[in-house]
Amino acid sequence: MSLDAALRLTLGALDLDLDLTVDEGEVVALLGPNGAGKTTVLRAIAGLVPLRAGHVRLDGQVLEDPAAREYVPTEHRSIGFVFQDYLLFPHLSVLDNVAFGLRSRGANSAAASEKARQWLERVGLTSYARAKPAELSGGQRQRVALARALAPDPRLLLLDEPLAALDVTTRAEVRHDLKRHLGSFPGLRLVVTHDPLEAVALGDRLVVMENGRLVQTGTPAEVTARPRSQYVADLVGVNLFRGEADRGSVRMQGGHVVSAAGAESGQVFAVIHPRAVSIHRHQPEGSPRNVWPGKAGRIELLGDRVRVRIDADLPIVAEVTPAALKELALDEGGEVWLSFKATDVAVYPA
Amino acid sequence: MRRERVPVVVVVLAAIGAAFFIIPLLGLVVRSPWGDAVTLLTAPETVKALKLSLVASLSATAVGVVLGVPLAWIYARVEFPGRDILRALTTLPMVLPPVVGGVALLLAFGRRGLLGSWLHSALGLTLPFTTAGVVMAETFVAMPFLILTVEAGLRSMDRRYEEAARALGASRWRVFTRVTLPLIGPSLFAGAVLCWARALGEFGATITFAGNFPGVTQTMPLAVYLLQETNLEASYILSLVLLLVSLVVLVGLRHRWLGSA
Repeated sequence: MSLDAALRLTLGALDLDLDLTVDEGEVVALLGPNGAGKTTVLRAIAGLVPLRAGHVRLDGQVLEDPAAREYVPTEHRSIGFVFQDYLLFPHLSVLDNVAFGLRSRGANSAAASEKARQWLERVGLTSYARAKPAELSGGQRQRVALARALAPDPRLLLLDEPLAALDVTTRAEVRHDLKRHLGSFPGLRLVVTHDPLEAVALGDRLVVMENGRLVQTGTPAEVTARPRSQYVADLVGVNLFRGEADRGSVRMQGGHVVSAAGAESGQVFAVIHPRAVSIHRHQPEGSPRNVWPGKAGRIELLGDRVRVRIDADLPIVAEVTPAALKELALDEGGEVWLSFKATDVAVYPA
Repeated sequence: MRRERVPVVVVVLAAIGAAFFIIPLLGLVVRSPWGDAVTLLTAPETVKALKLSLVASLSATAVGVVLGVPLAWIYARVEFPGRDILRALTTLPMVLPPVVGGVALLLAFGRRGLLGSWLHSALGLTLPFTTAGVVMAETFVAMPFLILTVEAGLRSMDRRYEEAARALGASRWRVFTRVTLPLIGPSLFAGAVLCWARALGEFGATITFAGNFPGVTQTMPLAVYLLQETNLEASYILSLVLLLVSLVVLVGLRHRWLGSA
């Protein structure tokens, strides 16, 4: 029992081609940069944008399949959709907003109000039942939107950047609540976000997409341990290279060869943590297998560490302490040598 | 804000322009027989015209809302070939001389008209020179104001609210009545008021298609015109009533039409 979607469609500049499943018991977080097509994925699953090809199946039931001319309209799909800016109906009270889905699905007025009231209680907004959405804070609106989506007991819950409309101070608190509500929701759960922190906090499984394509999927630990795209590597903050392994070394795209202890053969990704990269003013002697000269590029303070981009044959980011940086007397443009050990290069198949 | 330095010529021409509107209105106010206002307004002839005008213009507005909102919805939401032409045809009466509209209505719905002859022979229905004819003439001229206002409202509303409603299981009809209509409420209200005001003042199409029978088809503007021959003072007072109504409508819709920014 699950959601099984194969989404192929073109919308403006976006060419979406993504296979996605959401299984019972897992919260899937769809992560990607702005413009990757994340919102379109949700809209396609909801039936708000038509597929060119592919299918959407929910618990085995076909919701959409252009080849078979199947299309179940949005209003007949068992979904709850929390929109990015919530889209609470401004002319209806909070209670009527939450009751809207119940009324639409045939509940009578009294029953819908009663159930909506229970939902307001669950999200802690009983005293705002008669208020209009405009009178609520951002965090309260988010809770109303969630209650409105959940009240009709949908099979599938879709959340589009549920915390993006909030300011930083309320975000952490609302995220905590949201995680709790996601945990108690018995159906299938798919959350879209561009914020890696949110994805890791809410998702049991990450699906990373870029330019309408799947880049990587796995648990947060798997994805962060083995990035498969520059986007993920940047999120995690590691150096990512791609090349051809050859017993103990990797020939990178561009020809540069790096000694890597675990390298065997075939196309691989190589990850080097910036902490593993040392910076020297003079050519170092001793054990490191990977040593080459370069120029210091952008220097960035990151908490109690400093990240230095080094422009060389193989550009790389190194991380040092502020004290070490001072000792090196390093400025942007300064000539340096960098080194790292072959055992600090993590290699895995591409 | 720095005050704009306005050239003298502009000021003079603008003043003449403003006076051109204000002096006639002033004339109406000054020359109206205020002392006899109540007597004149409660005269049976006047009351009949007032009542008829009210009934006919409100009916025309109701017809306009029932038929005009769906038209506006289609113009705003459905792409089809010839949409612009259809829109132009259905809003033509805004610029068409009303008397031409009256003639056209006669040719369509008159006893020998395209549809009228059939209506007469098959159903025994006669529209011209009846109160229903007045409503038709007024609707013909006034409904375009409602169509265009509502279409503009539909185009500027955030359609994602409709998607949110559909995602909550609402049928198309429920989305329309519970989400779309309330959200375009202000536009619908403005359109209906404009439509009503235009219907209230309708003259040319009405007198051509419906004639001028007191109590049946003689609306206020028609009465004003006829009273010019028989009772000038009564015509002044009725004119003043129409003027006040227009003024109230304009001031009431000021924020929509003149922009409050």
